[in-house]
Amino acid sequence: MAGFTPDRRGLLLGAGALALSGCAQGKGAQAALLNVSYDPTREFYRAYNTAFLARWREKGGAPFAVEQSHGGSGKQARAVIDGLPGDVVTLALASDIDEIAARGLIAADWQTRLPDNAAPYTSTIVFLVRKGNPKGIHDWPDLLKPGVEVITPNPKTSGGARWNYLAAWADALRRPGGSEQSAQTYVSELFRRVPVLDTGARGSTTTFVQRGIGDVLLTWENEAFLAAKELGPDKVDIVSPPFSILAEPPVAVVDHVVERKGTRDRAQTYLTQLYEEPAQVLAAEHFYRPRDPAVAARFADRFPHLTMADISNFGGWSVAQKRHFADGGVFDQIYQPGRRS
Amino acid sequence: MTRPVIWKAPSPLPGFSLSLGFTVAYMSLFVLIPLTALAIRPWENGLDNFLAVVTSPRALAALRLSFVAAAVAAVVNAVMGGLLAWVLTRYEFPGKRLADAVIDLPFALPTAVAGIALTALYAQNGPIGGLLAPVGIKIAYTPVGVVVAMIFVGLPFVVRSIQPVLQDLDQEVEAAAETLGASPLQTATRIILPAILPALLSGIGLAFARGVGEYGSVIFIAGNMPLRSEIAPLLIVTQLEQFDYAGAATIGMAMLILSFLILLGFNGLQGAIARRGA
Repeated sequence: MAGFTPDRRGLLLGAGALALSGCAQGKGAQAALLNVSYDPTREFYRAYNTAFLARWREKGGAPFAVEQSHGGSGKQARAVIDGLPGDVVTLALASDIDEIAARGLIAADWQTRLPDNAAPYTSTIVFLVRKGNPKGIHDWPDLLKPGVEVITPNPKTSGGARWNYLAAWADALRRPGGSEQSAQTYVSELFRRVPVLDTGARGSTTTFVQRGIGDVLLTWENEAFLAAKELGPDKVDIVSPPFSILAEPPVAVVDHVVERKGTRDRAQTYLTQLYEEPAQVLAAEHFYRPRDPAVAARFADRFPHLTMADISNFGGWSVAQKRHFADGGVFDQIYQPGRRS
Repeated sequence: MTRPVIWKAPSPLPGFSLSLGFTVAYMSLFVLIPLTALAIRPWENGLDNFLAVVTSPRALAALRLSFVAAAVAAVVNAVMGGLLAWVLTRYEFPGKRLADAVIDLPFALPTAVAGIALTALYAQNGPIGGLLAPVGIKIAYTPVGVVVAMIFVGLPFVVRSIQPVLQDLDQEVEAAAETLGASPLQTATRIILPAILPALLSGIGLAFARGVGEYGSVIFIAGNMPLRSEIAPLLIVTQLEQFDYAGAATIGMAMLILSFLILLGFNGLQGAIARRGA
């Protein structure tokens, strides 16, 4: 012990490194507004931000920047929970925003603070099939035809996949003689035809379009349009089933962050204007179904009329999440040992 | 009698306390504190819950796949990486410098990019997968694909571990062995292998550890089917997607304990070999 001289410089150096990491935050972040969103909205919000900022300046507002962060919806919610200073969140599922609210960062009544369940645009689940639809897939029961392989991401890791799953469930339920039991059987059969479970919607699109795996891809309507347009206009067709689910990707101001940064006003305006005509047109152009009836009418040929279930048919997200997707829930039971060949 | 604790290194260079202070602070910041945070989480719901999560059929299948695939990949890398290192140190050929530089690319490439590239190659409509599909061999979206991805990310570890040892190896010893009548095989197993064995083992250990923890490149090629081609790191992500931090930390902790035990065994083996050699 005698040889040890407590030289403080060494320890100070370590402490200095700690302090440095603390300073990096705060400055500069003041000016910009951060929109934390999920993957398929990247193109839409890029267009919306430009339009929004132009309008803001026209009205004499001080210029600022809007930054975007994209990733899986659940991962983005976790990033906000863990301290990513997003002024607004625009996610795939209400349950992801509920998780942020449960930690006190967003007021619990967030979904009633904006119209239409705080979802300024909607989408639904459709089928993407090989060009010419060789397997003749038009409706949900066709997915169980012999030899049909279905591609969908994993509902445990993908918000879009949860909508896929619930749409399939809701369709089975409304068939003649449909019951909770028959719905569970249908969904189990469906997932047994899935050869690859990607972690997100984009991954599944790639598997289906570029790797040539499977006969039908269950996906967001907007993602199907994008895939058909960008990846394979000569390879795939979009099939809208007669019945699907109303997917409502919600938006919310992150109260905790805007209070700290003093950006509530901007954040609020940013979200409110999503409901106004220019943004609604942009949304429709990016293949999201607009809420505004006038804009919707203008794009009616793009979005065929479907009968739709919605999340309230499942008792809301927290009930659906717990019953179907939580550990030991129905989705896990599909993959019980011994039930697969 | 116990040995006295010596706090000052027997080095003529000054700055021991500075470097010790820095080491401790740095290690704490980047290794010890994050690992402690991980180690605290799993016990939130008690030991029973920890065991229930870890021993569920799905977790067991995922852990088995991650560890077995990583072991297979490490063994393949040991053989092929050893060969590569040998060729690169002992022979001159055009493009050698380039080949040597290419070895490190798996270190630099984002793993997701590697995964997408490998999947494109080995999928049933890819250039390699397309050739194998007619003979009934499927690589992408099977456990074999997992091994392929792990071979890719682990290769540089083996090559870079044994390359310097091979370079320093005195070729006169090999010549002497040959003069004394040793066959090439005897020279390889009695002279060269013992010399590079500690380095080779450390390379295998690193490649194995990398494979076990690998996520980005594997999820694209694995197919991610529960009980069949689902790796343990994906289960961790799945738990996180459900905001189940404790569950995620539980599987992470199980992986950490397993890896630690295996690497500890490896270190022991290396030590034993080093002592025998000395």
